[in-house]
Amino acid sequence: MKQVYLTVKSNEPIAAGTWKMVLEGDTSAVTGSGQFVNIALPGLFLRRPISVCDLSEGLLTLVYKVVGKGTDAMSAMAPGTRLDILTGLGNGFDASACESSALLLGGGVGTAPLVLLTRELRSRGKSVTVLLGFNRAGEEMLAAELEALGARVEIATLDGSKGTRGFVTDILHQKADGPDAIRYDYFYACGPMPMLKAVCGAIDAPGEMSLEERMGCGFGICYGCSCHTVNGPRRVCADGPVFKKEDLIWQSK
Amino acid sequence: MAIEVNLCGVRLRNPIIPASGTFGFGLEMKDVYDLNLLGGISLKGTTREARFGNECPRIAECPDGMINSVGLQNPGIEVFVNEKLPALRKIYSGAIIANISGFSEDEYRECCEKAAQAPEVDILEVNISCPNVHGGGLAFGTSAKAAAGITRIAREVSSKPVFIKLSPNVTDIVEIARACEDAGADGLTLINTLLGMRIDIVRRRPVVANRYGGFSGRAVFPIALRMVNQVARACKVPLMGCGGVATAEDVVEMMMAGATAVQVGAENLRDPYACKRIIEDLPGVMSRLGIKDINEIIGIV
Repeated sequence: MKQVYLTVKSNEPIAAGTWKMVLEGDTSAVTGSGQFVNIALPGLFLRRPISVCDLSEGLLTLVYKVVGKGTDAMSAMAPGTRLDILTGLGNGFDASACESSALLLGGGVGTAPLVLLTRELRSRGKSVTVLLGFNRAGEEMLAAELEALGARVEIATLDGSKGTRGFVTDILHQKADGPDAIRYDYFYACGPMPMLKAVCGAIDAPGEMSLEERMGCGFGICYGCSCHTVNGPRRVCADGPVFKKEDLIWQSK
Repeated sequence: MAIEVNLCGVRLRNPIIPASGTFGFGLEMKDVYDLNLLGGISLKGTTREARFGNECPRIAECPDGMINSVGLQNPGIEVFVNEKLPALRKIYSGAIIANISGFSEDEYRECCEKAAQAPEVDILEVNISCPNVHGGGLAFGTSAKAAAGITRIAREVSSKPVFIKLSPNVTDIVEIARACEDAGADGLTLINTLLGMRIDIVRRRPVVANRYGGFSGRAVFPIALRMVNQVARACKVPLMGCGGVATAEDVVEMMMAGATAVQVGAENLRDPYACKRIIEDLPGVMSRLGIKDINEIIGIV
């Protein structure tokens, strides 16, 4: 963890209710995809944890959905705004776990961390298929960026207004065989809990997923965001947010 | 400038102590800054058995504060004594405060005894005020008789100073404080969190899964200060003041109200360097106020 001040370089909407913020400054503590940063916002008590979407020389890209006061305040920030940010939080995805073909699944703004993950997997010479699920057309995001990195991208929407009608798991069922069948030896997922649960049920291959939970501190001292694992309780912020499929114990709620 | 204080014979290099539940077992913070600059550390509340605590979500944002309903997640007294304490003592030489909670008098007895016997522990802080568990903690902290009962038990089994951590969720905190003092408490910590609630108006349900949780943060500072002052005027034992402390000025204020040491809680969650910042700021604030020895201001108001 490193506390830094980053400057907003750009901040613009990229899909319905979803914004992309590029920050400039010391990004040295960010070591890989699946990590997150925790942003102090004026007038709010707790910081807001946002996953890292992409990273390059001194530039950190965040993609966030406006869901409350914190993200609403972020969406109003003009270039030049300086932000107090804790960087390099969380364990991140393990790009080395995939042998040759990776399946990435993103639900809604859970797509964001898949960009840097795709970059890492492609630089390791892996083939990457990304399945993205949204509620409706207009919410889809980052498909062009993922394709530009060399990934095959398929989209599903709940109302069928774009791509396959249904969930990301419906794309998987549709493309299980045939010439354009989706092949993979390992999966990575990020999205809402019901989606992650469905993904675990639908996929036999090993994999890992990034969890989301309301956090207090974001760096492991308050135990506000714990989840159940076969190894006992684990903190989503500090032990995760990425957990192996076989380690998670799903709670029925 | 003198900033050392003395809590029942335990010397603290300064009065600043991260509050229980906001600093893990100390070990979680070892790479953030040198823990040895802290006066003491109050460790995460520990029970006999390991606990997951309440289901998530268990955190809610509030104006100038937050609600938590963690519910005493901890690895149990054995792991605490055998693993957490020795590991912390290896990297930290200041005062270690073991925070003990329970669901029955027997559980308090067993956990207080084990914690007090641990050579690493300097002070026992007995939590009779956790608002997040049913049938435990707070049940003992809202009745003077039950609070006195737990105090007697802790005092009986402990050779170390016993502080009782009080709840603000009572009609008369002074009555409970006096009952604990009369039962042999060496000191008191106050306040624990205030029972609170937030509702997600879109989903039409409580934000935290446990419905209610403990409210803390800057917003509670005036309440904490008032209660510390009331108890300081009624009791003779030393106090650890806690609740909404965020700056060195707050520390001075809390000590003027009657605290001998000051715990910093929720502020650690929003600023990992909060305690370090406050300790570094304290001499400057004292000098501005003409305070040569921090002990001279304890309870002067």
